[in-house]
Amino acid sequence: MNVLKKKIPSYIVNAISVIAIYLIISQLVWIGVINNYYLGIIIVIGINIILSTSLNLTTGFLGQLTLGHAGFMSIGAYASALFSINANLPESIEFYFALLVGGICAAIVGILVGIPALRLRGDYLAIITLGFGEIIRVIILNLDFTGGAKGLFGIPYATNFTNVFFIMLLTIYIIWTVIDSRHGRAIKSIREDEIAAEAAGVPTTYYKLFAFTLGSFFAGIAGGLYSHYILIIDAAKFDFNRSIEILVIVVLGGMGSLTGAILAAVTLTILPEYLREFSEYRMLIYAVILIFAMIFRPKGLLGTSEFSLLKVFQFIKRKVIG
Amino acid sequence: MTKLLDVKNLSVSFGGLKAVNQFEIQIGSQELVGLIGPNGAGKTTVFNLLTGVYTPTEGSILLDGNSLIGKGSNKIVNMGVARTFQNIRLFKNLSVIDNVKIAFQSQMKYSALAAVLRLPSYWKEEKLFEEKALDLLKIFKLENFAYQKACNLPYGEQRKLEIARALATEPKLLLLDEPAAGMNPSETNELMETIRLVKEKFEIAILLIEHDMSLVMGICEKVAVLEYGSIIASGSPEQIQNDPRVIASYLGESD
Repeated sequence: MNVLKKKIPSYIVNAISVIAIYLIISQLVWIGVINNYYLGIIIVIGINIILSTSLNLTTGFLGQLTLGHAGFMSIGAYASALFSINANLPESIEFYFALLVGGICAAIVGILVGIPALRLRGDYLAIITLGFGEIIRVIILNLDFTGGAKGLFGIPYATNFTNVFFIMLLTIYIIWTVIDSRHGRAIKSIREDEIAAEAAGVPTTYYKLFAFTLGSFFAGIAGGLYSHYILIIDAAKFDFNRSIEILVIVVLGGMGSLTGAILAAVTLTILPEYLREFSEYRMLIYAVILIFAMIFRPKGLLGTSEFSLLKVFQFIKRKVIG
Repeated sequence: MTKLLDVKNLSVSFGGLKAVNQFEIQIGSQELVGLIGPNGAGKTTVFNLLTGVYTPTEGSILLDGNSLIGKGSNKIVNMGVARTFQNIRLFKNLSVIDNVKIAFQSQMKYSALAAVLRLPSYWKEEKLFEEKALDLLKIFKLENFAYQKACNLPYGEQRKLEIARALATEPKLLLLDEPAAGMNPSETNELMETIRLVKEKFEIAILLIEHDMSLVMGICEKVAVLEYGSIIASGSPEQIQNDPRVIASYLGESD
């Protein structure tokens, strides 16, 4: 069977639907159905999608539980914010350079943390990454150029719906194409059985570090988008709870499912906003929903499978014709 | 016959325990050798030493004249030693064909960037190795299961898939750790045929650990017997069957 021919239709369907989503939302903003409050939520959803798909790479596909994703996000947020404040590039390109700087800084730290940490497995790796997240937070709190506990001010406003949407798309695209290749298969084989992966000739250390670094890179990008949206950042925004929030998205969506992570990111960003009316019971209801989701769907909403529009169309076609 | 694998003085200690002591074996290219011995004799430890899971405390392992000592498991695989495991280790939640494709890892060359940009090299290699994987599955009559999850295969087929995955790394020497474990006699017979076929078709040497004597004596050209980490006898199946030390180690000595 020709691999190329099999994949092309789904590429086309996905590209068309993605453009359609973008056009619909931007039209709704244009005619005023989506106000600034909703637009803000949509931007946060976009950032959360980047965070959860990148964490899914290490936790879902590589199978290594890490609890320090907010740490990488904070490095990206501060690095890109400091770049924007201090650099004097033309406005139109400065933001993208800032994001790149944020991503690269997070990736470098990812390599430095990953080399010793990825020798460990399971609980030990979780504890190390948790410790790393806290160390980063405390360091940021005590440095001068990060603004310390006061926070970092004067970040130019640059994040908007269009650039979040397309950077989010690019992130999903890159992670998806890597997963759907020989590199992705090697990463998944480590999750399934590390000893067997080694015996099948997979350089496991290399691929663990590769996935971990790529995940940190995109966490850094998400941090950059976040700092240029929220404009004032302080260390408390990137604490342990933040890492757990991202992890919850991944677990709810399904470890090892990109579309699951996207679905869960949308759900879990909107849900707390809707629950504002019940302000006092908000987190209670949120927790109860999560508990029920885990009881009835322990593998997450989508498990390890992916949602495919093409399959939906084919299903409808079959129903209509036959 | 030229020597493919040459192991001399191989020893490993875990604390005070000498698990393997002065182990020696020579395997010619395209030779089928059986490694037998009572439980706990150190057979699987020998496999783990040969594949780089453990580092020996002393001794030498030469494959085609190149030393395997101190090399990582995945390097040794690329040098041409593949193995299967006593308790099956498949990538259970991946498809059968992906199990095989993962083992093609070192033969596939396209970079992560080529995968992201979906360059022609990506399509070309994916197509080529998809076909190669299907061909390999056909030899083991697994082609109809290709797109199912590996954990849904029946036990005997899982064993075969593990051998197929090992062969995908293009080994010169294949190590089979108790391939017939848990099989009934007819499945064992089928497996014997498969092993024979593999040896001839792929022109490789095979070293196999097995407790099923009908299988060992039926297909092995040479048998080595391990007890307490040392070789106590080696030779043709007939010689081994009549060796008093082997009989003593399996059945006990008469007064």
